[in-house]
Amino acid sequence: MSDFSLWDIIRNLLLAGRWTVLLSLIAFVCGGLVGIAILMMRTSSARLLRQFAVMYIELFQGTPLLMQLFLLFFGLSLTGMQVSPWLAASVALTLFTSAYLAEIWRGCVEAIPRGQWEASASTAMTYMEQMRHVILPQALRIAVAPTVGFSVQVVKATAVTSIIGFVELTKAGSMISNATFAPFTVYGLIALMYFCLCFPLSLYARRLERKINVSR
Amino acid sequence: MSLVSINGLHKRFGTHHVLKGIDLRVKEGQVTAVIGRSGSGKSTLLRSINGLESFDEGSLDVDGVRITVGQTDLRQLRLKVGMVFQQFNLYPHLTAGQNVMLAPTVVKKTGKQQAEALARDALAKVGLADRFDSFPDQMSGGQQQRVAIARALAMQPKILLCDEITSALDPELVNEVLAVVRKLAEDGMTLIMVTHEMRFAREVGDQLVFMHQGKIHEQGDPKTLFAAPSTPELASFISSVS
Repeated sequence: MSDFSLWDIIRNLLLAGRWTVLLSLIAFVCGGLVGIAILMMRTSSARLLRQFAVMYIELFQGTPLLMQLFLLFFGLSLTGMQVSPWLAASVALTLFTSAYLAEIWRGCVEAIPRGQWEASASTAMTYMEQMRHVILPQALRIAVAPTVGFSVQVVKATAVTSIIGFVELTKAGSMISNATFAPFTVYGLIALMYFCLCFPLSLYARRLERKINVSR
Repeated sequence: MSLVSINGLHKRFGTHHVLKGIDLRVKEGQVTAVIGRSGSGKSTLLRSINGLESFDEGSLDVDGVRITVGQTDLRQLRLKVGMVFQQFNLYPHLTAGQNVMLAPTVVKKTGKQQAEALARDALAKVGLADRFDSFPDQMSGGQQQRVAIARALAMQPKILLCDEITSALDPELVNEVLAVVRKLAEDGMTLIMVTHEMRFAREVGDQLVFMHQGKIHEQGDPKTLFAAPSTPELASFISSVS
């Protein structure tokens, strides 16, 4: 049996940590884009679109991320489709993130006074024009802080993908822990790394919140 | 020829019958003042003229555009009808100039330079040529309301609707806004205004509409009606506000 130095452990965790960061970014960017689409449907005047958006949000908020991941990864392979852990993890996290972001942003859109809708409607703007030029620019300002705050949840949620064999920080940790028999050291280091990723984000979110409260 | 023609308009909010058959004609260049107690339906009537409220019966004609029950495409109507609100409703993230330029650029696809010239012109008309780059929260209520008027004018509407546009203003700021409206009226703008400024309605109005319980209770020349109301309801309303 070979010996593992502390540096070996840290180095391997950091290498795996890259995938945690990358997966978080994918989830956040794709989830954001899908989230905007769901938000548009959720606030549109077409009933069918609204109902679809509500169902979408309820489905992905109302079931554990773990189950969504299982269904995507194992469920789809039952139908003969080959789904890589990368793809399954990215898709599942995108769905999860988009459902939450759509709801967070809906709150921000609804916080914009009705008069803004009426004033823009009275100058013959269409729904999309109102959203693009009047509502979203204002909603975005109040959305920044809760959105950055939610990104912390996304980073932590990536840990769940270890269950389908995606080698990110947590999965790498359990592998290293099996080899080194030093679970306390390894998991302690993992926790520390997640903290180093998340703490700056929550700190930033808090600062943004303060800034928005004092500015116009 | 009437510019605005409202025929048999009914509006219900659930079981509450707000407008009970409104017929109204407005000629080009005419100033119509709509008065009445709160809850008489005057704001709902005004808001239905640019489609902010739908109606359940009747029809609305504005300069060749006909709106019937359940119509959802209101673009043609709204291109002809501008509106100014009690709460100004300026876009807080845009400067005064940008507030005015937005609809012409977005809706009419007017070029940036042309839109800016249009906006400067409209702001000058309301006496705010020097506030092009000010944000709404850097201006007084009276100035904000004048920007809102400029914003509506920049779309070159045939009619301007004013919904209690001085009610949210401090008393000393009311006159600067009314002066702008008076100037518009003199320049031949067709105006329909819901107002509590009785003196202004009498001096500037060509037509007075008194709303009572969802109907037009009395209608006619403002000076005549104020001097000699023919119904006890109008008489008691006039004495309660003056």
